[in-house]
Amino acid sequence: MDFALNEEQRMFLTMFGDFATKEVAPQAEEADHQEDLYEDVLRKAAEQGFLGATLPDAYDGAELDHVSYVLLLETLARESASVAVALAAHVSLVAMSILEHGSDEQKETWLPAMSAGEVIGALALTEPDAGSDSAALQTRATPDGDEVVLDGVKTWVTNGEIAGLFLIVAQGPDGADAFLVPRDTPGLIVGYREPTLGLRSVAFNTLYLEKCRVAQTARLGGAGEGFVVAQPAWDRFAVAMAATGLGLAAASVDLAAQFAAERVQFGVPIAQKQAIQQYMAEAFVQVEGLRYPVYRAAWLIDQGKDVDVPASAAKHLGAGIARGVTNRMLQVMGGYGYMEDYPMARKYRDARMLGVVGGSTEMHAHRIACEVFAGQDIEIAP
Amino acid sequence: MDFTFAPEHVALRRMIREFAQAEVVPLAMEIDREHRVPQETMRKLGEMGLLGVCFPQEYGGMGAGEIGYCILMEELGRVCTSTTTNVGAHIGIGAMVIYLDGNEEQKKRYLTPLARGEKIAAFGLTEPNAGSDAAAIRTRAVREGDSWILDGGKVFITNGGYADIITVMAVTDPALGARGGVTAFIVETDWEGFQVAREEDKMGIRGTSTAELVFEELRVPQENVLGKVGEGFVSFMKSLDMGRLTLGAACLGGAQASLEWAVRWAGTRKQFGAELAHKQSIQWMIANVATEVEALRSLVYRVGWMVDMGQPFTQLAAMCKLYGSEVASRAVDTALQIHGGLGLSRDFPLELAFRDARIAEIFEGTNEVQRIVIASNIFRERGVRIRP
Repeated sequence: MDFALNEEQRMFLTMFGDFATKEVAPQAEEADHQEDLYEDVLRKAAEQGFLGATLPDAYDGAELDHVSYVLLLETLARESASVAVALAAHVSLVAMSILEHGSDEQKETWLPAMSAGEVIGALALTEPDAGSDSAALQTRATPDGDEVVLDGVKTWVTNGEIAGLFLIVAQGPDGADAFLVPRDTPGLIVGYREPTLGLRSVAFNTLYLEKCRVAQTARLGGAGEGFVVAQPAWDRFAVAMAATGLGLAAASVDLAAQFAAERVQFGVPIAQKQAIQQYMAEAFVQVEGLRYPVYRAAWLIDQGKDVDVPASAAKHLGAGIARGVTNRMLQVMGGYGYMEDYPMARKYRDARMLGVVGGSTEMHAHRIACEVFAGQDIEIAP
Repeated sequence: MDFTFAPEHVALRRMIREFAQAEVVPLAMEIDREHRVPQETMRKLGEMGLLGVCFPQEYGGMGAGEIGYCILMEELGRVCTSTTTNVGAHIGIGAMVIYLDGNEEQKKRYLTPLARGEKIAAFGLTEPNAGSDAAAIRTRAVREGDSWILDGGKVFITNGGYADIITVMAVTDPALGARGGVTAFIVETDWEGFQVAREEDKMGIRGTSTAELVFEELRVPQENVLGKVGEGFVSFMKSLDMGRLTLGAACLGGAQASLEWAVRWAGTRKQFGAELAHKQSIQWMIANVATEVEALRSLVYRVGWMVDMGQPFTQLAAMCKLYGSEVASRAVDTALQIHGGLGLSRDFPLELAFRDARIAEIFEGTNEVQRIVIASNIFRERGVRIRP
């Protein structure tokens, strides 16, 4: 096993860090307070090739391996989890789905524009009654000649507000179908943007589909293969959310360590107090413990392997560690950790979102449990 | 042992619950969005006598004791942490220190209007260099004739932006430090030299005032010295102890409410063909929270009883605050998780409760300070003196 980043990855890491420090950090706090969608940051990210991070050069992508892409997400998340989430929804959920399952025409139509950041992607899967039970879709895809009519409501559509392209999963006659639907299609209405606890610079929208007509050729993948498209997308996004949690947690440790080294109470910096040292040590261990599952999952993707359970494991761990570490590091900062003038409160709120965004911890646990019992000839029901 | 509440306490609880539903619930999300103190709630609580719930009737209070005060905080804590914070700073630390250490004249002049809710109190201790290390305060009070001149400032003062009366701790003898060198002063906020410098922008309890105060040649008459010169620290610590118990009661209310939210949703929301309540992971979460809430309830009301019986309670009050704040955090976190996406939305009151709950592990003495207090008390009995 080689745990080292190669030379190229090390170079990328520096480049990602520079971008995060220069372009993301200065805006992060204000963007969160204003619930701004970082459109100019995304534009600059596109100029760096980040919006086509893992796409091939043929589609103007940066051709990053998945490990490098995940390094990018972790690095961005250190400064702003929102930027990482918006980027991951675009790349992991939509762009890579088109790359994996699209016809040549679909790839040519969409991928260069997505690499350039001209079109932002959004996956529409969740519904009011299909949250954890994502298969209980009520949005219908009804064939009508050489068109399909989409009807239904989608919620929690990440990037909805700024997306030019929606990847919509609906119930067709042969099972779930996935469709690529441009924003300006009649009958597609981008609705309410959810005000959220954290990730306040990501747009989560409700999407209405009212007799929305698309060509049969808008379908991505085969008939009834909506989840053949959506499940791997979801797995990639789970890895991305774990990487986001890793960045959040790691950055919060650094923030708190700096505070503890400077804050003098009872005559010494609080870093000299054993309880604080315990907190910092535990946090450090947890961050380190998260690193391997995240990067192993990314590596598996690069090997062309299935990442279903490794992705769930990384996400399950990542959400919990992001939550626990940001919580503890906020405590180290005391009253200052609670003030929105300092970055910790935002990291705390952002981290809490990861327990649900990208699949609830409970759903990932279910899938992991299925794996644990897989060799025992027993089928686990959710 | 009799674990039942007295009839007057049962009646008090019912009255406050009705008030909370009618007057506090409708404002909870609005005050968070608008970042404002619900003055109307404080006024109504005052009119009902609740801002003096634990003070004797001779000083304008309701005479319901510490148990009565716990009940008030618990019932308000079910619905709005900003309100319990405003009330707690007023009764539990602001007015309380005047009740504990004021002379008769001070109680008539200050405690009575505070108990009646005609004026609002705050407690001025914390400074930029004196958070957990409260003894490190630097605000200075220098004797000049029959007055004291205060110079310095305070930060993170709850109610600081709108209180009428603030009990301020200042250094009267720098050489002596906390033991003998600190004095408590009753300050009226409309006096020359008192200024509210700014309000903090907080993650939660946004329906409260958390103010930075500046004192510039603030003249305080001698008769406003609270307790004895040099003994301010002792007064304040006693008051903080009582505040810790009732903060525990507020956390109990919050935790109970979180549990009720979780149970309601788990009994309603269907996924995979059945209510979430049928899923063992959900059942385990709820059973764990419910057990902790019961344990907290027993702790809080037992300590409230001890206070009313005149028994020592410093260590147990610290436990109420420590355990209460952590139980409340776990309870609201669980409720949030059970609600999935809904729990993360600002259109629904849970994420507000989540942001609000977090402060309880930090203010009124961080949970680290509480652990130091508890451990110190334990080891002092064995003759080992622990330093923070």
